[in-house]
Amino acid sequence: MVMNGQQDENPARDFARVKMQAEKVTVFYGDARALHDVDLDIREHTVTALIGPSGCGKSTFLRCLNRMNDVIDICRVEGRITLDGEDINTPSLDTVHLRARVGMVFQKPNPFPKSIYDNVAYGPRIHGMTSGKSELDEMVETSLEKAGLWKEVRDRLDEPGTGLSGGQQQRLCIARSIAVNPEVILMDEPCSSLDPIATARIEELIDELRANFTIVIVTHSMQQAARVSQRTGFFHLGELVEVGNTDQIFTNPDDQRTQDYITGRFG
Amino acid sequence: MMSGEPDYAARLRRRHRSEMRFRFYGLLSIALAGVILVILVGSIVLKGYSAFWQTHVRLDFAISAEQVDIDNLRETNWDGQVKATLRDMAPEVTGRRDKRKLYRFVSPNAGYDLRDAIAADPGLLGTGFSLWVKASDDIDMLTKGHLDRTLPESDRRVSDLEVGWYDRFVGEGRIELRFNLDFFTTADSREPEEAGIQGALMGSFLTLLVTLALSFPVGVMAAVYLEEFAPKNRWTDIIEANINNLAAVPSIVFGLLGLAVVISLFGVPRSAPLAGGIVLALMTLPTIIIASRAALKAVPPSIREAATGLGASPHQVVIHHVLPLAMPGILTGTIIGLAQALGESAPLLMIGMVAFIVDTPTGFTDPATVLPVQIYIWADSPERAFVEKTSAAIMVLLAFLACMNATAVWLRRKFERRW
Repeated sequence: MVMNGQQDENPARDFARVKMQAEKVTVFYGDARALHDVDLDIREHTVTALIGPSGCGKSTFLRCLNRMNDVIDICRVEGRITLDGEDINTPSLDTVHLRARVGMVFQKPNPFPKSIYDNVAYGPRIHGMTSGKSELDEMVETSLEKAGLWKEVRDRLDEPGTGLSGGQQQRLCIARSIAVNPEVILMDEPCSSLDPIATARIEELIDELRANFTIVIVTHSMQQAARVSQRTGFFHLGELVEVGNTDQIFTNPDDQRTQDYITGRFG
Repeated sequence: MMSGEPDYAARLRRRHRSEMRFRFYGLLSIALAGVILVILVGSIVLKGYSAFWQTHVRLDFAISAEQVDIDNLRETNWDGQVKATLRDMAPEVTGRRDKRKLYRFVSPNAGYDLRDAIAADPGLLGTGFSLWVKASDDIDMLTKGHLDRTLPESDRRVSDLEVGWYDRFVGEGRIELRFNLDFFTTADSREPEEAGIQGALMGSFLTLLVTLALSFPVGVMAAVYLEEFAPKNRWTDIIEANINNLAAVPSIVFGLLGLAVVISLFGVPRSAPLAGGIVLALMTLPTIIIASRAALKAVPPSIREAATGLGASPHQVVIHHVLPLAMPGILTGTIIGLAQALGESAPLLMIGMVAFIVDTPTGFTDPATVLPVQIYIWADSPERAFVEKTSAAIMVLLAFLACMNATAVWLRRKFERRW
């Protein structure tokens, strides 16, 4: 595994193992280049926040990490992304398997129009992770518990997931992705459609989940990035301008553009 | 612009007036459409409702057990028995021609009715019993007031003699209008009083079954592939354009195609529901594909992303999520396509489903006709009694179409989702 020196200047986090690594990742939508030569390490049991103004490519980068861009016909990804040292873009790697290891939570809560139980049980079912009903029940319960939703929904598991409030729906979506027991969870602005209380709830949850998972979160809110992440990457115009420990990025950024963005000059 | 108050007020009034006019035109259009619909349905119902009733004549029989071989009912001359009874009812009739007229007072099938009655209850033999049999179509028309008895004798279908018998039998309580259940349980016949729509109903049912079995899976699979899997390129554009063209092809052309390919090339029997079903399936296919694609497109991408993000394969995404969510829309489109097929007659004329068929079809290769073609056949028949049969068959067809469309609306309402 090639370690990229420039990103490891801060010795405080060096103990964390690199979980995923992006090298010279460039993304094209048709002829338009959305991302340009992004090098980024994602460390294990760390929350990595990706910030930047709209259209800067942070969501595009996130979607490269579990190859969600594959479903877009005109999208082309160049460069190398590894998960535990293994290239995720090799043709031999099955996207089904990759997405079981790298789960995703989307901007808008998108529970299936099925029962709460079936929402959570769907992943384990398609991956054949459980051998019986009781094991599946247990898995659903643990996942909902980890997502902090169990107490609220334990009595109505057979009600539709779409009937929950926005914040509950988003936690249901988190429960749904952790039920597959992924190693990495990608979150694409998970709180952008939620009110402040539901947002706080999700942020707490993200902090708890860090113990078991590696998390990459795209966010529009710099405060959120400051609150939940240990490392932050700043994207601008398809480039990764700067990446480092969150406190350093927010207090003492190297790049002028980062400085301007976090102080509110643009964005 | 707002230079003078009065000017502004006048303009405001003008705007209100034009708004009123606009609404009035809309109301007028709806009223016009409503009136036309009421006239259409009203005239059909008024003409056709009497077909559900049929004039019956009570005949009194006294048949001894010796006259009948109970094990071989076919051998007995039942028509003779009916004729003898009719002669008893009008003993004054002597001439050959008058007798023949008398025999035509009841339906030629009265003998069969008598046989069936004896077969059902052999205990009737040896005792006197009465049987209500159908009157002939002319007498039926006389009862229903469709024949004008004030016309000179030479201008009407029933002679003075028949009218005389009729009035006498009415006086004796031998004539009665009864609900015509046979209309629903018999197939076509040359005798209007015996003709029913069961054959056509069964033919339509079998034909639609073939249509559904062919067009639904093919249409849905084509839609799923085009919508979910096909790459967007020139070829899929061409295919899409041609599906839309196919929807605009006049139905008679499908009939010619059916004749040339289905019957001549593949040797499917003529007039069979199988051939009709294949032709109608070709016609229904674009409707189903277009409706299914619209339904698939309406499933929000977030559902696909959610499933894909959990590691579902494209096939699982479609089978587990997209298709079930699109199903109400697909079914609605299918029902509307089938309703179209049910009302279609032109292509079926081309493949010989216009034949006169007296047996109710029981299989996909039996000769059959369908409801709209039956309507066409009856509308073409000269007997006055077929006029009301035609209207009655139209009512049945409209009832089925209304049911199918209501089901489609119900499905759409019930499973309508808001994301």
